[in-house]
This record gives sequence, structure tokens and C-alpha cells, in this order.
Amino acid sequence: MTKTEYQVVGTRPVRHDGADKVTGRALYGADFQMAGLLHGAILRSPHAHARIVRIDTAKALAYPGVKAVVTAADFPPAPDKLVDFGEGATPLAYVRGNVLASGKVLYRGHAVAGVAATSAHIAEEAAQLIEVEYEPLPCVLTAPEAMQPDAPILHDGLRTAELGEKAQGRSNISEHFRHILGDSKKGFAETDVVIEREFSTATVHQGYIEPHNATALWNNDGRVHIWCSTQGSFVVRDATACVLDIAQSRIRVTPMEIGGGFGGKIPVYLEPVAALLSRKTGRPVKILMTRKDVFEGTGPTPGSYIRVKIGATSDGKLVAAEAYLAYEAGAYPGAMVGPGGMCVFAAYDIPNVTIDGFDVVVNKPSTAAYRAPGATNAAFATETVIDELAEQLGIDPVEIRLRNAAKEGTRRADGPKFKRIGCVEVLEAVRGSEHYQSPLEGPNRGRGVAVGFWFNVGLPSSCTINVNADGTVNLVEGSTDIGGTRTSVAMQAAEVLGIPVEDVHPSVVDTDSVGFTAVTGGSRVTFSTGMAACEAAGDVIRQMKERAAKLWETVPDKVEAGRGSFRCNGHSATFKELAAKVGETGGPVVGRATVNPRGVGGSFSAAIADVEVDPETGKTTVLRFTSIQDAGKAIHPSYVEGQMQGGSVQGIGWGLNEEYYMSRDGMMMNSSLLDYRMPTSLDLPMIETIIVEVPNPGHPFGVRGVGEANIVPPPAALANAIYRAAGVRMRRLPMSPPAVMEAIWSK
Amino acid sequence: MQWFDYAAPRSVAEAVSLLDGRPDARILAGGTDLLVQIRSRRRTCGLVVDGKRIPELNELSFDPAAGLTLGAAVPCYRIYGDRAVRSAYPSLAEVAGLIGGTAIQGRASIGGNLCNSAPSADAVPLLIALGAQCRLAGPGGGRTVAVEQFCTAPGRNLLGAGELLVSLRIPAPAPGFAAHYLRFIPRNEMDIAVAGAGVSLRIQDGVIREARVALASVAPVPLFARAAGEALAGKTPGPEAFHQAAEAARAAASPITDMRGTVEYRRHLCAVLTRRALEAAAREVH
Ligand SMILES: Cc1cc2nc3c(=O)[nH]c(=O)nc-3n(C[C@H](O)[C@H](O)[C@H](O)COP(=O)(O)OP(=O)(O)OC[C@H]3O[C@@H](n4cnc5c(N)ncnc54)[C@H](O)[C@@H]3O)c2cc1C
Repeated sequence: MTKTEYQVVGTRPVRHDGADKVTGRALYGADFQMAGLLHGAILRSPHAHARIVRIDTAKALAYPGVKAVVTAADFPPAPDKLVDFGEGATPLAYVRGNVLASGKVLYRGHAVAGVAATSAHIAEEAAQLIEVEYEPLPCVLTAPEAMQPDAPILHDGLRTAELGEKAQGRSNISEHFRHILGDSKKGFAETDVVIEREFSTATVHQGYIEPHNATALWNNDGRVHIWCSTQGSFVVRDATACVLDIAQSRIRVTPMEIGGGFGGKIPVYLEPVAALLSRKTGRPVKILMTRKDVFEGTGPTPGSYIRVKIGATSDGKLVAAEAYLAYEAGAYPGAMVGPGGMCVFAAYDIPNVTIDGFDVVVNKPSTAAYRAPGATNAAFATETVIDELAEQLGIDPVEIRLRNAAKEGTRRADGPKFKRIGCVEVLEAVRGSEHYQSPLEGPNRGRGVAVGFWFNVGLPSSCTINVNADGTVNLVEGSTDIGGTRTSVAMQAAEVLGIPVEDVHPSVVDTDSVGFTAVTGGSRVTFSTGMAACEAAGDVIRQMKERAAKLWETVPDKVEAGRGSFRCNGHSATFKELAAKVGETGGPVVGRATVNPRGVGGSFSAAIADVEVDPETGKTTVLRFTSIQDAGKAIHPSYVEGQMQGGSVQGIGWGLNEEYYMSRDGMMMNSSLLDYRMPTSLDLPMIETIIVEVPNPGHPFGVRGVGEANIVPPPAALANAIYRAAGVRMRRLPMSPPAVMEAIWSK
Repeated sequence: MQWFDYAAPRSVAEAVSLLDGRPDARILAGGTDLLVQIRSRRRTCGLVVDGKRIPELNELSFDPAAGLTLGAAVPCYRIYGDRAVRSAYPSLAEVAGLIGGTAIQGRASIGGNLCNSAPSADAVPLLIALGAQCRLAGPGGGRTVAVEQFCTAPGRNLLGAGELLVSLRIPAPAPGFAAHYLRFIPRNEMDIAVAGAGVSLRIQDGVIREARVALASVAPVPLFARAAGEALAGKTPGPEAFHQAAEAARAAASPITDMRGTVEYRRHLCAVLTRRALEAAAREVH
């Protein structure tokens, strides 16, 4: 690990948005106010699957205070085309269909109509007065059931993309892909031990604290202004433009502060509806979701059915592996099974691999990304099978992982060859940790470990830096700040400029005011937007050299810059001194950069979990938990630790209690935070963290994204710990008390 | 949220006259059940009658001979903050600290917990174990009923038209008496009981003279498991007696399978929780 040679990078300054957040002044979407504001409400489907026979809005429209009602019939006609907002191409009809159902409702909670009224209460009452006649259809709720030939079909027009070819006939399988490396059949013939297991995981929600919200104003000039909390203001702009079939340039999106997203605040739900209501009424319209709306009407992460088979020689060398991944997309294709296939064996160097992935539609909410989407389900399977292999072979669980760990040059079954990665270093940090070295004593207790991978993404980011005469700079970016990225981006600019980070004032601005910037997702902001900030800062330095050259009557190339000062021929000036002279040396200095970086560095993360299982109730108590992750370079170590702790906690919740508890007819029975059991502070130990730094050569400071990989190993680590505590192998998530108790009974 | 009328009477008589003839009226105590239900459309309510300004509903007083008078609207935080309650009925103080979290406890009442009549209500099995009586007032005057008779079905109780709960009366604890409530929840707070057991014991000269067991979340109403208590009378407190009572509790339970647990699991929990609660109560006596 390199020693810090930086002034700002690697320190822990106070965050720029701290005062606003601590005092409650930060403005979130629900805080938005405007003269003439109307309030909207959404009518949602009570059925999991039904044909819409008739919608009658007359009673709602007649209700005093109601100003407008919209349904899918209010969408302008649009050609059938594919749209792509950074997560793959999707037919526009699916995007629109999820915003407001047309023809059929595909899940309970599916939005059917929107109402605008003079108060939120009136809108809510009026929504109930909209008469919708449904013809209920049989529903299908899990991937294995939806894949049956006689299953109820969600989309009449859906044809399976079967290994790249369009198949004949109706199906709920949107895609079947296969990755092959070597020859797994032959590989298994050379092994001494083979373990094959079946797994299933429940649908879980990201559980961000702030419900979705949107305010839209369709102005008289035909321009639309949207205020909302989103992970990607440009995604909202582009998706809303597609749904409404208007030009992108007619929409301006102002991102408000965001109370969590974890992938769930990338799709649009309310924005196009608010815009349509505003167009009809001529007034701004604000719509807020309730928690129930969030659970039933937004995108959770897929439930899944998984089979994993791994073979090893007696000395613990993994020789062959196969995975079968069937993920539930929810109502529309896009189950994140692709990433699952990329990650399922990514931590290991296995010469013979076959991976089959299935993207399956079911009558549940259309799924969205959730922190390393698809990878946690897959790692739960792989990492518990590896644990069983280690046990059968009598090898320490960390040792077997180290013997087979992926390294620079290892080829993944889905194609790419790893560049410099930190899998070995992470596992060594596990083995060397005080936690792993300390004994765990007492009855009904056990320790488990697991490792996980997330590839991270690059994607475009833009940044401008305006130099102020007082020597500070204003940094303008488009990445909505979920994890403290204003500061981690500003720190990188400060490092390049050689000024204190307090002298950098970052702001996240609307889509009219900054160059295109992709979503806050894929752990990309500190990497990509950070890189844009570095380059914009470099642009500032280049221009400041020109100014210094002008003052000192030399050429810019002769001016040396570093650590916040400029020197040439015995002259020297600090950044501040030079900034004071920009007026007289040619006017304002503005640095700018747009990047679309290729050198993304994937991140490995491991977890060590100590648990105690009550043998009489099946309840698991997490006694101690450590998260270990390769950050590449931790720009702001506190925020890296925060990400590791947050991901761990979500992984623990996913592992132990969280699930969409569905009735047979597709109703979510626990759509409240009381019954959807995310862990509270009283359910968790302090999450310990160990940051590993294997610099990513693709970034100036070596940054890898750290937002996601940390959620991948916890469920598997807990399952392995529960096995040692209670003697039962859990292969179904969540490992809730009744599930563990049942496993103990059938031991 | 739907519109509703609101009234804040100052006396029991005024409250009764407001409720009488208005089947769509509900008493409001802390509102932690009522308002949540109205907002989520699980209950419609045309008139909300706030009970918090009625003196009798706010009474909290202990008399060493007569016992405790607990007004129906007294919020949990006052109960566990009360010195007399903490020393005479530690189990009641504990249950008041179990419902919801700190914010909920600032509002939620034991009276509301009982009148909401959920099978999972945490305070009710303990009230039954403590031998509490309900004091009701209505158009026809007042009456007193035992808590175990109060709930009749999920969300239903024997309050008649125009009737309300005024207070709960809990007998003074006799020497050698102890009570305990234990619930099982997957999390450590903010959760609804998968099953719960409230027990009380009176131990004299090393023998159980009297015992009561009641269960949460395993029947359409908070369940008085009379047989489980009777199984203990005359026995020496210890594993054998507690096991028998636990088995009687298991037999008394008639749970359903839902998102909180299966029939089998809940029956099993009844036995585990009854035994553990009895052990805890017995420890307290010694
Ligand atoms: C986040 C959260 C957590 C919770 N956790 C728990 C928990 O751990 N355990 C638990 O048991 N419950 C829990 N609850 C439910 C609720 O808090 C309790 O049942 C509480 O005791 C209700 O008391 P209240 O004063 O708020 O009742 P209210 O909501 O005011 O009233 C409840 C019902 O009783 C009626 N009522 C109230 N007073 C009278 C009266 N004097 N006469 C006639 N009818 C009356 C009302 O009309 C209403 O129908 C929780 C609720 C929330 C929101």
C-alpha cells in the first residue's frame, strides 16, 4: 500500500453540504414549494394481473378541487422504438407502460391514473373515485413458475432472445444468455469433489428513507421544468422526453437533495405524470409517494432461483463451475441477470465455466438496480458452495479462496480479462485481521466469511471550475450527491489545484447548467466525475500558467505549477495571488472537462460475520461484523467506510429478514417499514471496516468505486456463520427466524 | 387522508353523549393505531373524539391496598416514568417501554392497545396475567369487566354503542407475586409480536399458589391460557412445572400462518416463551 503523498486526497474534511443537512435546511423533493402549486395522487392497481376494460374519470373530475385527471390515453402517440438511458435498450412501450398502465395492469401497485387537485387530500380522495373495470387474470410470481410452458403470459408480444436469436412463441423469458469458458463437462471429470446446490432469494427493496417525489411545470412556452430527487437528472430528462415524445431540450431537470437511492431512483415514475397533469392544468403539479407506493410501485431488486455447481481437486484447486441463474424482472424485462452472470464466479480463477442466465417477467413491480444489482443473489450461491467445498476438503475457508483468487490476467467467463485487481489483497486482509485471528467462543456461535465482486462503471461526466478573484473556485457538476460525492469530487479538484478543499465550492446543478452527466450509479461518481474534476482543474492550471506567463513575460511552458504555487525565473505566485490578477491578465478563468473514462477498476469486498443463533427460536444475532474492501484509493476514508457500513447493513437485512411477503394473488402483505423488516440500529453491531488500497491504474489517484461491492458478501457470510452456529446450511433468503428454525427441525 | 370531524370533550359524560348514536365515531388516545388506520384507509371514521382532555382517562394513581388505576389515555412514557409503577409493577413498566420506540411511547396508551383489540397487542397478555379489570362507561352507566373478556375478535371488543374505556384497575401485588411478558420478534424493536407470553406467579413457601398465563398473536384475540396457569398451581417452581405449563400454552394456541410466522412455528414459540417468561418471573420472586 502506497504512503499518502497527497495534501487533500486521503484526508477527512467536513462535508460541504454538512451545515444544510445538519440544520435541516437542505431542500429535498418533498420540500419544494411554488405559487399555484397543485397536488397529485396516483391510482394504483389492486390486481397483480388484469385487463383494463374501462376507465371512467367523470366522478373524480366532478369532485370539488380536482383540476385534471390523466391516464395512459393522454400520452401522445409515439412510434414504437428502443430507448436507452444507460442500462440497455428497452422498447419505449415498456417504459411508458410502467409509468401509466395501458391495456393491462401487470402488478399490484401498477399506476393507472393520476389526479391533480388543490390539496393532496382531495387528490387522494378523487383518485378513489376513478372507476376502473378490471378483468382479473391469473398471475405468476416466481421465475421457475413463470418459465413453465403453461404459465400465464404477461406480454403477448414478448419473444425470448434465445442465445442471441429471437425464439418463436409467447413466453415470459425475455432473454436466455450463456457464457462459456473452457469446457465445464470435461472439467468436472477431472475433479475429486463436486458440490451442486439450489438457491432462492426473495424480492427485496432498497429501502431508501425518502419516498419518490416530483414536481413539474409545463410552461406556456412549451418548456417543462421538473424538480425531483433522482440519481440521474439527465436520465429523468431523457426518459421523460421519450415518454412524452418531446425534445430533450424542452425539459430542464433540477435535482433536489436526495434521501437515498441505491439504484432505485434511476427510473422515472412520477415525473411524466406530473408533467402531463401540469400541461392540462397550466399549473405546477407535485406528486409524492407514500411508503406503500414505494414498495408496491417502484423497482425492488429481483427475487431469484439459482443453481451452482463447483468442482475441485483434493488440494482445493477449483477446476470447473456451472451456474444457472433465473432472475425475476418483475413486470417488464431487465432483471439484472446479466450483471449476475458477470459476477457469479468473478472472484475465482476457474478454467472451465458455463453460466446460463434467464431474464423472466413475473407479476411483481418492475425491478430496478440495487447496489451491485444481481451480484448479491449470485454470491450467496457461490460463496456458500465454496464454504461447503472448503469444509469437505478440510481447508480453511479463506485459504481455499486465496488459492483460487482471480488476479490480473484472469479471464472471466463473460469475456473480459482482469486488469490490476485487489482480490488477493482483500482476502489477505481478511486473514490478517484481528477479527479473523481472534477466537469466537460460546455455544451456538459461528463465524462465516465470503467475498464478492462488482465491476463498477465509467460513463460520461462533465465539470466546470470557475476561478474567483479571492482565490477560491466554484465547481459545477451534474452528479446528484448520495454518498458525500460533492466533497470527494471537490477534494480531487483541490488536490490538482493545490488549494485547500474548503476553497472549492461544489454545486450540483440542473440539466441546463452543466454538460451531460450519467447517473449516480455503478459506483462511478468519485471515479468518473472525480476524473472530470481533475481534468477541469488541470485546465484551470493550464490557463493560470498562461496568466502567469503574461505577467512574467514568458511562455506558459516555462511556468512550473505545483502544490498551489506558480514559479518561473525567480518569480513566484500562489494560486490566490494569481487568481486576484485574472481580471487584468485577460478576464475570467473557467476550466472545463468532459470525460468518458475507460479505465474502470472493479472492486472486491469481503465480509467476516460472527453470529449467535438461538436454537429455540431460530433468531440470528450478529455479534461482530467486519467489511473489507479494495477502494483503489480512498479519497475521503470516512465516506468509504460509510459506504462499506451501509452496504454491509443492507446485506445483513437482505440476508436475515427482508422480503416481499406475497399473497398467492400477488399482494405484498408487508408494505410498511414496520413489517418489511430492515435492520434497525438495535439489530446491528458496530460494522468494522478495513480499507484495502490497490490503486486502479485507470484513474489519476487510483480510485475504484466503493458504493456497491460491499453489499455482495454479507448474506453468504451470514449463511456460512449460521452453519457453524446451528449446523444448518441455509439456501433460501431471507434466513429469517422461522426459516432457520424449520431447518433446525429438519436436521 | 379522508376528512373527519373532531371533538375534545372534557368529561366522560360529554364523551358518551358524543359517541352515542354515532357508529362512525372513534375515541382517540395516542392515535398510533387509529390515525395510521385512517390514513391507510383500513378504517373510516367520521368523528374523532379525543379522550386526552378527560381527567379520568388521564389518571395514574397507586394505592397499596386498592392497586393501580391506569387511565385509558395515559401514554406509555408516563407509565414507565412513574416510580410507584416501577416498583409495584416492574413488568408493566417494561411492557410500556416495549411498544414501538421512544417516539411512539410518547403518545401510545395501554388503553388504546387494548381497545384496538389486535391479537398481537403486547400489553394485553400482561394485563390478563396481572388480573386487570376494565372500567367502562356508556349511555346506560358504568360496568366492570375482566380484561380477558374484553376482546372478541381481531379488532373487535365488547364495547357497546356509545361506550368507552375509562380506566384499567390492576390489583395490588401480593407478597411473592411477580409477572413477566416476553414476545418474540425477528428484530430487536419496532416489530409486531410473532408470539408473546404474559405470565404471573404467586409463590409462597416455595410453592406456586396461583399462576396466570396469557398469549399474544396465536388466536383471534389475546388468549387467556387458563389451563397453563392452573397446571402450575400447587407445584414447585422449576423445569418440570414450567415445561408442563409451556405444553399447556402450546395446546391452547390456535395460530394462523401469515407473514409473521407459520402455525407450527408459533405454537412452538408459545411453549418457549411461556417457559422463559415463567423462569424470569420466578427469578424475580426470589
Ligand atoms: C411504529 C409503530 C410501532 C408499534 N409497535 C407496537 C408494539 O411494539 N406493540 C404493540 O402492541 N403495538 C404497537 N404499535 C401499535 C400501537 O402503538 C399500540 O397498539 C398503542 O398501544 C395504541 O395506543 P394509542 O393510544 O395510540 O391508541 P389509539 O390509536 O388512539 O387508539 C387505538 C384504538 O382504540 C380505540 N380507543 C382508544 N382509546 C379508547 C377508549 N378509551 N375507549 C374506547 N376506545 C378507545 C381507538 O378508537 C382506536 O380504535 C405500534 C404502532 C406503530 C405506529
